Amino acid sequence: MLLSYKWLSEYVDLSGITPEKLAEELTLHGVEVDAVQELGAGITNLVVGRVVSCEQHPDADKLKVCQVDVGEEESVQIVCGAPNVAEGQSVAVARVGGRLPGGMKIKRAKLRGQVSEGMICSLQELGFEGKVVPKKYSEGIFVFPEEVVPGTDAKEPLGLDDTVLELDLTPNRSDCLSYLGAAYEAAAVLNRDVYMPEPRIVPAKDRTEEFVKVKVQADEWNPYYGATMIRGVQVSESPLWLQTALMASGVRPLNNVVDITNYVLLEYGQPLHAFDFDRFGSDEVVVRRAEQDEKMTTLDGEERTLSAEHLVITNGIRPTALAGVMGGADSEVESASENLLLESAYFKPETVRKAQKDLGIRSDSSIRFEKGVDPNRVASAGERAASLIQQLAGGVVLADPVEHDTLNRDELKLDVEADRINASLGTDMSAADMSAVLERLRFGVKEKKGTLHVTVPTRRQDISIEPDIVEEVARLYGYDHIPVTLPNTPSTKGGLTTAQKRKRRIRRFLEGAGMHEAVSYSLTTAQKEAHFRSEEDPRVSVSLPMSEDRSSLRTTLIPHLLEALSHNRNRNLYNVSLFELGSVFHTAETDVTKQPEEKTYLAGAFTGMWETHEWQGEKKPVDFYVVKGVVEGLLAELKADVSFEKAERRGLHPGRTASVIINNRPAGVIGQLHPETAKAFSLAETYVVELDLDALLQAEEKAVRYRPIPRYPAVDRDIALVVDQAVSAAELEGIITESGQPLLDRVHLFDLYEGEHIAPGKKSAAFSLRYLDREKTLTEEDVAAVHGKVLDALEKKAGAQLRQQ
Amino acid sequence: MLERLQELHDEAVVKVAEAQDLDSLQQVRISYLGKKGPITEVMKGMGKLSNEERPVVGAKANEVRQSVQKLIEEKERTLQQAAVQKQLAEESIDVTLPGRPVARGARHPLTSVVETIEDIFTGMGFQVAEGPEVETDYYNFESLNLPKHHPARDMQDTFFVTPDLLLRTQTSPVQTRTMEKHEGKGPVKIICPGKVYRRDEDDATHSHQFMQIEGLVVDKGIRMSDLKGMFEAFVKSYFGEDRKMRLRPSFFPFTEPSAELDVSCAMCGGEGCRTCKGTGWIEVLGSGMVHPNVLKMGGFDPEVYSGFAFGMGVERFAMLKYGIDDIRHFYTNDTRFLEQFIRE
Repeated sequence: MLLSYKWLSEYVDLSGITPEKLAEELTLHGVEVDAVQELGAGITNLVVGRVVSCEQHPDADKLKVCQVDVGEEESVQIVCGAPNVAEGQSVAVARVGGRLPGGMKIKRAKLRGQVSEGMICSLQELGFEGKVVPKKYSEGIFVFPEEVVPGTDAKEPLGLDDTVLELDLTPNRSDCLSYLGAAYEAAAVLNRDVYMPEPRIVPAKDRTEEFVKVKVQADEWNPYYGATMIRGVQVSESPLWLQTALMASGVRPLNNVVDITNYVLLEYGQPLHAFDFDRFGSDEVVVRRAEQDEKMTTLDGEERTLSAEHLVITNGIRPTALAGVMGGADSEVESASENLLLESAYFKPETVRKAQKDLGIRSDSSIRFEKGVDPNRVASAGERAASLIQQLAGGVVLADPVEHDTLNRDELKLDVEADRINASLGTDMSAADMSAVLERLRFGVKEKKGTLHVTVPTRRQDISIEPDIVEEVARLYGYDHIPVTLPNTPSTKGGLTTAQKRKRRIRRFLEGAGMHEAVSYSLTTAQKEAHFRSEEDPRVSVSLPMSEDRSSLRTTLIPHLLEALSHNRNRNLYNVSLFELGSVFHTAETDVTKQPEEKTYLAGAFTGMWETHEWQGEKKPVDFYVVKGVVEGLLAELKADVSFEKAERRGLHPGRTASVIINNRPAGVIGQLHPETAKAFSLAETYVVELDLDALLQAEEKAVRYRPIPRYPAVDRDIALVVDQAVSAAELEGIITESGQPLLDRVHLFDLYEGEHIAPGKKSAAFSLRYLDREKTLTEEDVAAVHGKVLDALEKKAGAQLRQQ
Repeated sequence: MLERLQELHDEAVVKVAEAQDLDSLQQVRISYLGKKGPITEVMKGMGKLSNEERPVVGAKANEVRQSVQKLIEEKERTLQQAAVQKQLAEESIDVTLPGRPVARGARHPLTSVVETIEDIFTGMGFQVAEGPEVETDYYNFESLNLPKHHPARDMQDTFFVTPDLLLRTQTSPVQTRTMEKHEGKGPVKIICPGKVYRRDEDDATHSHQFMQIEGLVVDKGIRMSDLKGMFEAFVKSYFGEDRKMRLRPSFFPFTEPSAELDVSCAMCGGEGCRTCKGTGWIEVLGSGMVHPNVLKMGGFDPEVYSGFAFGMGVERFAMLKYGIDDIRHFYTNDTRFLEQFIRE
């Protein structure tokens, strides 16, 4: 809502209150002012001029040479390029030495040989936005609709001495979508009076009901409909004060009748509609639900298809207006209209809301009806408009509007205990102070024994329960005056859950390993994920995606991480490893009806060099074992058991992929991207890991138990085994661990060799074994016995031979 | 013989002086002091001497021997020191060459902000609650006093999955879920960080996905002044001791009275500048006293219990804290962006 300071001051005394101060006070008490814009800022030396003569420029087709009376003895010559300039006009003249918005300085100039001492201005040149400039003047200069004394400062009549406050209204404060509403608010905040306009109509003897009937067939949506006949209207341009008031409020002037309905809409917050009665098509107004698929053309020229949930005004045959939203094209007021039917009605928010949503129209009218207008202002707004039409368009207003009226205009009564207000706010106000605050808002208040009996004016549709009253008291009293205390609650044990702590440990570990944390979008496409899963698998899609790219929820974190690697690669950042910890969304339903399963996944993507230290010649590209090492380290950090089993997965290299088994449950995958997949993401050799963390995060915390340091020396034995290439390291290690009991303390692979000196199809794997007895010193015989068993088992189970030196 | 010994002594002195390294010094030692050396030879010949001469020559021989011995030892120390010096000189390196890097990853700035705020609130006795990102209409809207067709639903454009399932537009549904778990008994003191989604076109200041942190306190006798007190503690720990705060009336369907929290602008100290659009204040979060309908739907009796709630945008906090000018940076994962947060 754009609020003209000048216009507002007709209803509330703003003397001594600058627009900036007003903005601050409103903001601090609940109506936020987003911006304060001084109209005419920077304009100097702008006067009204009268075009005395207007001749064609001798050397330029599109220019005219005008003699303009600017209130001085001699007129000045101004060359003007506007197509609509003509003799006899009153116009705005920027004089030599003056300035226009944006700092443009007016200089004496010669245009094609003709002296020009000033500039005749268009409204846009004076800082008005194109969308509020009357169409008539949008391509040329502005012409005053009435004659103004030449030489007068033009800023005042053009409304350029005004300041506009831009309200950022919260949805509950639709009462401030009007000057009167804003005036009540300003008056309450400033503790001043409100002055209401007083419509004065000289009614004719004829009565509206003699010319038109009103039938409302949908009372549930239209409890009040008032129609006033105004005859013999002269449609023309509005007086300047009305045009400038509308323009300051962001509305484009059109003609006096439409401008008046818009003016009253802004003033009262009550939308009105004027029909050209001669083209209405009958003498009967019928308000009814639209028929399914009924069509009508609204005055914006669009054909609309309606449904039974929309309300229409009809002439008994066809719709002439979409109730509360927009008038129809065929009864729109035009310059030739003479007899008007002025509608002032109450349409229920739900039907207007529905029409607005279904048809995608939002008008100044619908945004007010959808929030609920003041039932006590509907009829008076009609009167106000009728009186203005009578005054400004010369019509005869017929007596008594024809009405359909079942509208409830009762004011809400609420009883609120002063103690409860104090208890809720932590304040110590007296009941009298509270009453005073509410009275400033023009609420009725009677206080009895600490209870406030509050009568809420109907303009405040947002007030319905006790906390609403508490809020009104609090905001006018001032949030600044509420004391500062701390909750009087028993102390609570704050902190993170085990799972939350583990997530932090995961992040810390991976950061420590040199990986950056990524955060990517949850919305993705089936197609991107098709590299890793079937496009046919059920997934959770949004019903109206904003773009194809963000149409369904991710089931894996990997594709967006790969996109991030690709983004970096395109910027010559080749060595990147990222991880992401976030939710994925799984469903078993083809047509989703239930909340999907949200799982916490951890994914990593690695490409390029893992470590580089170039001048010492060290370069270690990422490989499978780098990623595996990170996973092993992470799971050790989380005290989980992990093993890896060779696996094949869509999108991954079939020979370089493993299933990750955490605490004996398959919980993820690790592997190299399939070269085709890498290519699809424009990546070089890239490795990924993805783990389902849910079980791990919930697993019981294992306590650390200290184990005494052995008091007896251990015995180390290294063995080099020759086995078939197909035998895995894990198999050999498993055999050693099993057969080395009970003395084997630890075993690890320390060398792997294939090639020269080893038979084709074979490999050499060297293990270091440590034997330990925690009770005594091991003898050579003790070790030989168990070591022999180990070697036997290796030979039997894996065909492993000790390598001959 | 005495002359011979003196001669040998003088000769050895010259040889020792001439020795340039430990090897040649060792040769000198062997040739003069060794068992076959000339001094030993002289001493072997002492038997032929008279009784008077013998002790004199013997003494002289010992003197010469010890003197040479001493000279060699001294020379040996000098040479050893020189050798060490030489080795050290050879081993000298350019200490300005780059060290071997230790990998360091960056914490995402959104994570940093969330964890910082979690730590402040857990220190004040809050627990951290979480909830699903795909929510039901009931938890996201209805239980928060936003029935179907409520005008305030327009404030948040929603991604729907079905008419009843949606991507949560706020972290507030976790309020109701947590209250339900408490079965009508306070105190409840939680914050809920998480991702939320709205149908906004992505640009420098809008993102269809962003993060919020919701807070909720419910107990008997909670007052709006408590909200102010808790914000004071929060503002001082997150933004700094010198920052001022103010509460400004606002509207949220799930709170009443509602308030925006403003913090004095750090750029200008409250004087008014471009960052704060001349107001001296920066809006940081929305809050208010929990609406009785919300308490009721969470299973709490609004006649007995009251509470306050607040919600803040994590991206906004991060943008203010680090001076980031485009919200899309948080989701692009450009390493030139991320690596700036290694020390956070």
